[in-house]
Amino acid sequence: MDTNVFDMGDIDIAWCPGCGDYGILNVLKKALAELDIPPEKLVMVSGIGQAAKIPHYLKTNFFNGLHGRALPPAAAIKAANPSMTVIAESGDGDMYGEGGNHFIHTIRRNPSITNIVHNNMVYGLTKGQASPTSQLGFKTPVQVAGVMLEPFNPLAVAISLDAGFVARAFIGDPEKTKEILKKAIMHKGYALVDIFQPCVTFNKINTWQWFKEHTYYLEDSYNPIDRSAAFKRALETDKLPLGIFYVNPNKSTFEENVGIYQQDNRPLFEREPDMNRLRTLIGKFRVAG
Amino acid sequence: MTREKHIKAEGISIILCGQAGMGIQTVEGILTGMLKLASYNVFATKEYMSRVRGGNNSTEIRVSSRPVSAYVDRIDILVPLNKGAISHLRDRITADTVVIGEAELLGDEVSGTKLKFVETPFTKIANEIGNKIYSNVVATGTLAGLLGMKLDDVCEYVKRTFTAKAADIVSSNVRAAEAGFRLAGDVAASAGIKINISPDASVKDQIIPSGGDAIGLGAMAGGCNFVSSYPMTPSTSVLTFMAKNGRESGIIVEQAEDEVAAINMAIGAWYSGARAMVTTSGGGFALMVEGVSLAGMLESPVVIHLGQRPAPATGLPTRTEQADLELALYAGHGEFPRIIFAPGTLEQAFYLTARAFNLADKFQMPVFVLSDQYFVDSYYNTSAFDVSKVQVEKYVVKTAADYKRYEMTPTGISPRGIPGFGKGLVCVDSDEHDAEGHITEDLKLRTRMVDKRLRKLESAKAEIVEPQLYPKGKYKNLVVCWGSTYPVVKEAIELLDKSDTALLHYSQIYPLHKKTADYLSKAKRVVIVEGNATAQLAKLIRLHAGFDIEHKILKYSGLQFSVEEVALALKKILK
Repeated sequence: MDTNVFDMGDIDIAWCPGCGDYGILNVLKKALAELDIPPEKLVMVSGIGQAAKIPHYLKTNFFNGLHGRALPPAAAIKAANPSMTVIAESGDGDMYGEGGNHFIHTIRRNPSITNIVHNNMVYGLTKGQASPTSQLGFKTPVQVAGVMLEPFNPLAVAISLDAGFVARAFIGDPEKTKEILKKAIMHKGYALVDIFQPCVTFNKINTWQWFKEHTYYLEDSYNPIDRSAAFKRALETDKLPLGIFYVNPNKSTFEENVGIYQQDNRPLFEREPDMNRLRTLIGKFRVAG
Repeated sequence: MTREKHIKAEGISIILCGQAGMGIQTVEGILTGMLKLASYNVFATKEYMSRVRGGNNSTEIRVSSRPVSAYVDRIDILVPLNKGAISHLRDRITADTVVIGEAELLGDEVSGTKLKFVETPFTKIANEIGNKIYSNVVATGTLAGLLGMKLDDVCEYVKRTFTAKAADIVSSNVRAAEAGFRLAGDVAASAGIKINISPDASVKDQIIPSGGDAIGLGAMAGGCNFVSSYPMTPSTSVLTFMAKNGRESGIIVEQAEDEVAAINMAIGAWYSGARAMVTTSGGGFALMVEGVSLAGMLESPVVIHLGQRPAPATGLPTRTEQADLELALYAGHGEFPRIIFAPGTLEQAFYLTARAFNLADKFQMPVFVLSDQYFVDSYYNTSAFDVSKVQVEKYVVKTAADYKRYEMTPTGISPRGIPGFGKGLVCVDSDEHDAEGHITEDLKLRTRMVDKRLRKLESAKAEIVEPQLYPKGKYKNLVVCWGSTYPVVKEAIELLDKSDTALLHYSQIYPLHKKTADYLSKAKRVVIVEGNATAQLAKLIRLHAGFDIEHKILKYSGLQFSVEEVALALKKILK
């Protein structure tokens, strides 16, 4: 499929020149085109923030909801119509901060959605405060003495919860990022892709250069099936590994577990309630208790 | 509590009172079950403490020759199961109350008091049968005997109740019921009571669901196929009802990690073509408020069952109140329309909840079903809900390639497409947006979008049914109430027997019906009865109908109004 089916034409994009978000948008379009996922079969779900504006720049269905709340509707959208490809995409503040509880429990719920998180270690839209992934000592107009909160480690959290697919990419390497995204989208169950993406306006520490110097790829011999090993690699902080940390393909998904698609695979909107069954159920109330 | 002697509600009122886990529910379940099967009119309601064991809980069971559906203060027969029960109900016990029980269990609460106490050796009889566990069934037998039931019916029902158990357990329970039944003659003679209640043939085919059941059944009738909620008393019964009955009916029921997730899931589900509901209570709903605003902006349907309980904050978790009307009315930042229902009867709960789904879909806005603890936990016999009177109305359109989700229309209602159905793309945004659903800062368009969203309320007004006037015809005094207080206020007015007094009940509260001012201005005196401290419906009426209601009867102790209490308060005002 041609990448341009996702093109919005000449639109006004709200990202700063040089922002890593552009790269992620391009790579995502390419990944979707190579996987032959047409715009009408895709739903992009996002929260609020600069990253969360991405659905507006890509021609497809989207649900741009509340700050921190992309994952609950994404799970519901998939459950109501499992034939759709659902991607929930926002920034680190949205997914790991405001939406932290949903991040944990969506992993437990395991809907077949891809969770893409733009991780630039800073708040962009609110102009430069710390994010959950900001590094210790990072100074901002609010964290004037530097960040003192332990940085959130999304990969370690996801692996500890046995998320079915856990990966990290750096948009400085678009080709590898695309390959990781394609695998994540094809994964059955919840898939996390945390993507390092420099904020050129508000983060003067974690720059393009910094990410280049502080990241490396997991070696070819690395086995992502081993959860303990994956957890250990996710704890590395001196240099941050990139690649697919962990895969567990043997988990049942939310759409399977809701228990209504085994006999009938039609999405909810194509179904009519069974009024005879309801009549019988009402009749059961002829007996008290 | 003050009462007047001549105020005497219909039928017999039996109260079971004891600690949580002591067997109140066993007696209640078997007694109401056998009464219903034998075609008696039955009503039951409970008040309980927020604890799993201990404390003092009570259930009121009214049995009558004609339909009853309201809480009364009066206690004709009290069955205290342990010490503390009598003190708990002290204010409601009168010289006429017959207390049946075991002095050994009740101690100084009965010995040496003026209570009309009749010793009934439930435990002794149970031990003779083989285990004190049967004492609850013995007591049930005695009550059934007092009410004039047939012994065969009683034994048959007990057999049926325990049918899944071992044969000796079944036969022991039957013997327990029988032994209890045989006590009834002596109890009646000692207490000097004679109960004359007849079965009512019309009860036979009726159903006896709780308010929570009626809301759940109504949701199913409205085509609900997605429920996401977080447990919170008293709304949980609707969640468990949907979980129990949902899967086989193709309904997705998910316990969310919190109420924020619950409502965002429900809105996502509607976006994807489902018909979704959340069920919650005040504190949980408070967490959903941003989501309500999201539904306003996305123009998403969503059905919200809000079971009220006393607040602020955690309040009285297991008690009742009507103090969240204003919360539902104003929940969500910004200005957008909504619809609010508050059923007063089981029938209204069924039909209005079903309708909530149709109106949510039609007008693309939040629709509330406001209930309360009293309403969801009470049950009584009522005509079987008629599924053929309900139609699932779907308003989803198949999209064309040039589909625009927020196309401007005269009614403000844009045809609602869903992703994956048609060639178009469905784009929705919590930011202010253009017709295609994309972010905009075009401030002229912003104004038009606000107007568009608010216009939908004008169309919705035409769907609101008039408040219910009872009895029909002319009146001098008008008593206004809403939601769960309807049967209580209705019976109170019947007791007063004033032909110049009528009741106006709102089960469809917002948008407020345009005839409100007509109804109110025709009365010489208007009284409002509300289960809150600030007369929230009266304020709504003043705001939207420009009518000031002078007399207010308000209660916010955590208990429902009793029939006698409302009758007495009305009598003072209407003298």
